[in-house]
Amino acid sequence: MANPSAVCNGHLHHHHQKQNNLLKSGIYKKNGITKGMKKNGVSNGTVYKKKFVEHFEQAPMYVAVLTFLGFGVGTIFGYLRDFMRAWGLEKRNIAAEREQQKDFVPLYQDFENFYTRNLYMRIRDNWNRPICSVPGPQFDLMERVTDDYNWTFRFTGRIIKNVINMGSYNYLGFAETDVNALKTVTIELQKYGTGICSTRQEMGTLDKHVELEKLVATFLGVEDAMVFGMGFATNSMNIPALVGKGCLILSDELNHTSLVLGARLSGATIRIFKHNNIQSLENLLRDAIIYGQPRSRRAWRKIIILVEGIYSMEGSIVRLPEIVSLKKKYKAYLYLDEAHSIGAVGATGRGVVEYFGMSPDDVDVLMGTFTKSFGAAGGYIAGKKDLVDFLRTHSHSAVYATSMCPPVAEQIIRAMKCLMGLDGTTQGQQRVCQLGKNTRYFRRRLHEMGFIIYGNDDSPVVPLLLYMPGKIGAFARRMLEKNIGVVVVGFPATPITESRARFCVSAAHTREMLDTVLNALDELGDFLHLKYSRYSKSSHPELYEETRLELED
Amino acid sequence: MDIKSMKNYLYWLYCQFELITCSYLMEPWEKILFYTFNVTMLVMLLYTTYIFVPVHISTAFQFFLHLFGNQQENTVSVVK
Repeated sequence: MANPSAVCNGHLHHHHQKQNNLLKSGIYKKNGITKGMKKNGVSNGTVYKKKFVEHFEQAPMYVAVLTFLGFGVGTIFGYLRDFMRAWGLEKRNIAAEREQQKDFVPLYQDFENFYTRNLYMRIRDNWNRPICSVPGPQFDLMERVTDDYNWTFRFTGRIIKNVINMGSYNYLGFAETDVNALKTVTIELQKYGTGICSTRQEMGTLDKHVELEKLVATFLGVEDAMVFGMGFATNSMNIPALVGKGCLILSDELNHTSLVLGARLSGATIRIFKHNNIQSLENLLRDAIIYGQPRSRRAWRKIIILVEGIYSMEGSIVRLPEIVSLKKKYKAYLYLDEAHSIGAVGATGRGVVEYFGMSPDDVDVLMGTFTKSFGAAGGYIAGKKDLVDFLRTHSHSAVYATSMCPPVAEQIIRAMKCLMGLDGTTQGQQRVCQLGKNTRYFRRRLHEMGFIIYGNDDSPVVPLLLYMPGKIGAFARRMLEKNIGVVVVGFPATPITESRARFCVSAAHTREMLDTVLNALDELGDFLHLKYSRYSKSSHPELYEETRLELED
Repeated sequence: MDIKSMKNYLYWLYCQFELITCSYLMEPWEKILFYTFNVTMLVMLLYTTYIFVPVHISTAFQFFLHLFGNQQENTVSVVK
């Protein structure tokens, strides 16, 4: 493994980590205090080796009031339009029941459909934009216009070139078309072709898969790993294999849909704890162990905690040390979904486990995807050999789903070798360092400008809060006019008053690209009045940045 | 120059109004409807204010004058 301190400012860890965990559990056994533990005047800092800074600033009250006002006006006009459609004054463009089904139970009257028809349709041109190049730090967009207010689109044939990409999950910049980089992938493509035409259990296990699984296991520092063709299916098809009826799933409030789907499919009892809130999780664990199953009062067969490494809508990082100490105290299992954090955090890109300086043996099931940091597709589950062997025979995805195709597997292999330094260069380590620098710079500048940003200071996912529904559309459109592509998120994916724009910083972004984006954001923030933060550090960010640069490097 | 910056400021205020009330998202005929309604309400409010507020203020003023006038007499009698 390449020595990290040779290339960038390394982080010291791994020295007293085992001793620390033991010490902490020893103190737990004595007096059972979980939070705010003090030992010789040192507070919770003994669990976290570096500062854990997260921001979830609340906007001033008038912003919430105005957001509701905006939604109120939108709803009133929605009712007006629905009335006009029902009475034939306006053409019906959206799905509606057939004439013969008018007296049946209505299909499209619920709030979600109302919202889609009347509010989402008005700003629909900001989503599903087709791109026509590799989603690297810049990409090409196909221009499309609408003649009837977003009900239908048509392509003008023009291509908007070199739009700066702030929306793709390209954390380490491995989504590239450089011929030298893709040499091995091309060779494998010519050797194996593209299709597997079989499942893993039949004839779909290639030597490439075996090589990839060994590499993933070495990368993460675990005994064994298994790879699947699709990241979403990894979660939703493997959780039912691990838990069943009579088990308890404790899932974070803001878990991804794949985890929720997997939990529901398994048939186990699901209880939700507040986002990243250790007190809430501990209360649930205590209740589960004291009271057991709901009617029979028997002990639960298994208690499993589902958390994610980085939550993609909030940009927050899981409080892993505390959760691991809780799981050891109450003898539960931990399933960690590192979809966004593998490759993106940690000194050498090995995820949140390395970020907190913990050992991968602490987490029972390590899951991740190759879509985000490795520029490929698919997911993995890693852990003890017994676990992976069990999944090889009992997981739906392993038994029935087509396996990963060889060029994609080769792309992951080359990206992982690059990260680990096995290809003889320090490029992997440089990418990880560059991502860290870009993340810190971007977040710091946004804080200084006065925007409300959620999440941990080290997470490359940066949500910028917009709040009002009118500003969602205006923000995305104006950023595209300035040649910057952003992703905005509104109601169903976020709470109704907290719509946001989500930036994904990449190692492939240069300082100039980030500066372009930041200047555009500054201008747009003033024009749209988005700078709600009460804690902005400086009104002269250029001067402030000068001094900070000298101290940083 | 002052007129230009004033106009820019007014345009910016109008944009803020559009964004906050979601009229930025509306089709032109909806905007006309919304603005007509708003302007009508505003005009009616101003008209009502113009007619009734002076009368109310003068009535209230007289009431308070009467109240304080009475009190002054009372205090005088107590001291005596």
